[in-house]
Amino acid sequence: MSRETLIDLLYLFSATTFLVALKGLGSPKHARRGNLIAAFGMLVAIVATFFKYVDGHSLHHVGLILLAMFIGAIIAVPTARFVEMTAMPQLVAIFNGVGGGAESLVSITEFVHIKSSHPATYVTLEVLLGVLIGTVSFAGSAIAFAKLQELMTGRPITYPGQQIINAVFGLIAVALIITILVSGSTPLLWTLLALSFVLGVAFVLPIGGADVPVLISLLNSFTGLAVAASGFTLGSNLLIIAGTLVGASGILLTRLMSKAMGRSLSNVLFSAFGSVITASGADGGEARSVRSGTPEDIGVLLSFASKVVLIPGYGLAVSQAQQVLRELAELLEAKGVEVFYAIHPVAGRMPGHMNVLLAEANVPYEDLIEMDEANSELQTADVAMVVGANDTVNPAATNDPSSPIYGMPIIHADLAENVVFLKRSMRPGFAGIDNELLYNPKTILVFGDAKDTLTKLVAVVKSS
Amino acid sequence: MNVLLQYATVLILTAFVGTEIIAKVPSILHTPLMSGSNAIHGVILVGAMLVLGSATTNLEEVLGFLAVILATLNVVGGFVVTDRMLEMFKPRQPKAPTTKSDGDTP
Repeated sequence: MSRETLIDLLYLFSATTFLVALKGLGSPKHARRGNLIAAFGMLVAIVATFFKYVDGHSLHHVGLILLAMFIGAIIAVPTARFVEMTAMPQLVAIFNGVGGGAESLVSITEFVHIKSSHPATYVTLEVLLGVLIGTVSFAGSAIAFAKLQELMTGRPITYPGQQIINAVFGLIAVALIITILVSGSTPLLWTLLALSFVLGVAFVLPIGGADVPVLISLLNSFTGLAVAASGFTLGSNLLIIAGTLVGASGILLTRLMSKAMGRSLSNVLFSAFGSVITASGADGGEARSVRSGTPEDIGVLLSFASKVVLIPGYGLAVSQAQQVLRELAELLEAKGVEVFYAIHPVAGRMPGHMNVLLAEANVPYEDLIEMDEANSELQTADVAMVVGANDTVNPAATNDPSSPIYGMPIIHADLAENVVFLKRSMRPGFAGIDNELLYNPKTILVFGDAKDTLTKLVAVVKSS
Repeated sequence: MNVLLQYATVLILTAFVGTEIIAKVPSILHTPLMSGSNAIHGVILVGAMLVLGSATTNLEEVLGFLAVILATLNVVGGFVVTDRMLEMFKPRQPKAPTTKSDGDTP
């Protein structure tokens, strides 16, 4: 077997491990093993690459390659290991961004390298697309990171004619690509690089903090597609397969997320949602009465229930109360109460984020149920307890066509016999919309920090 | 052009197979799916190694070097963080005292 065939076989093995990893994610049981298999496959591909011949000679600069890998690894490992789970969206954004950056650099280098040999037009086209998409992904991820990390405002940043300006940028990029294809000019490549960067920033600025999770999914798929484009140029099936897989997963998640918010993708990307705070309580909100209760009342209510559905939102993680919530759930289960955690698809700051935050607090994954299942469990539940969530249980999404969140599928907490709402204050949620559920006669409000309230509840349930 | 067609075949088939597999991932694992697929696109490291390994000018060397650093960050960080997350997903343990673990070597 020739050396090249052997390397290609190893690449095929590696590509297969990526599919195995994604398949493993079909259940929490096999997911971790799948990921480790893919990591091994990646290692095989990397080692095999060291033995590859390019331009008729073995790899140059092996020392430099190893040095660069070493630098990358010593930055990546501690970052990946010690970042808080609440900061996961930022971390994914940044890793996605560096991937896009690497992609773009590979394409640029390839352009510089092959220019003198007058490559076929389609090769140059792939390279240029790689530069464009990779850079947009890099710049976009950087802004997404800054928004999530609150280095800049999470509110959409808009200016007059924004979409027209972005469209013009896009058209100029296309024109530049065509010009470079014809002329092969390197200075124009730098112009394209700069323009792609601006385009990435301009694309992300008008997207509000609450919509950033959709955006990260989309940028993830961009990076994947850019990698696939590089696969064409470098003649690597491995890159094409891996890039396409990521592209597909990113697009799928993007669609799922927009669906879970009841909005179209173009609405998420272009409508600058959340830029204006909707006049909350316009129908005389302040004058309406709510029923509030003490932790003692609620503790007793919970202890004597037979089924309780907990509806956590990001506010739970903000007050670091996941552990206490799990403790409360375990106490109730010990008393024979059936307890579920109902997870809305957009709870948290990225797809599936809430599940990770609860898993971190040692909540067994069997207890985490999805929205549809939650809504059927709620019909027979005695208590639905909302902790740190708001918009995802707001009935306005189903019955008020004028509401900005109208059309978003929600968890119908009001199906339960009693609704308990742990709330810091009467302030509306992220989308700035008043919540009808608060005024429902079934609802009992407990004001205060979620962690304090839950701790008191634990004490009450323990003693009752 | 034949090669191009072969690549396009791979791309289209992967797109369909990938979509089928990924659609089966439950929403509880969507964050690990995202960070895991994130790690997978770090395979651009292979491309970065190839461009640095064939660099003939200083400019190519510098760009390739940076590309390898960024791609390594992407791969290593992606797999490590995904492993750390997936490790936390545990089934119900009958009465065993749960220990808060902090992730071990991937």
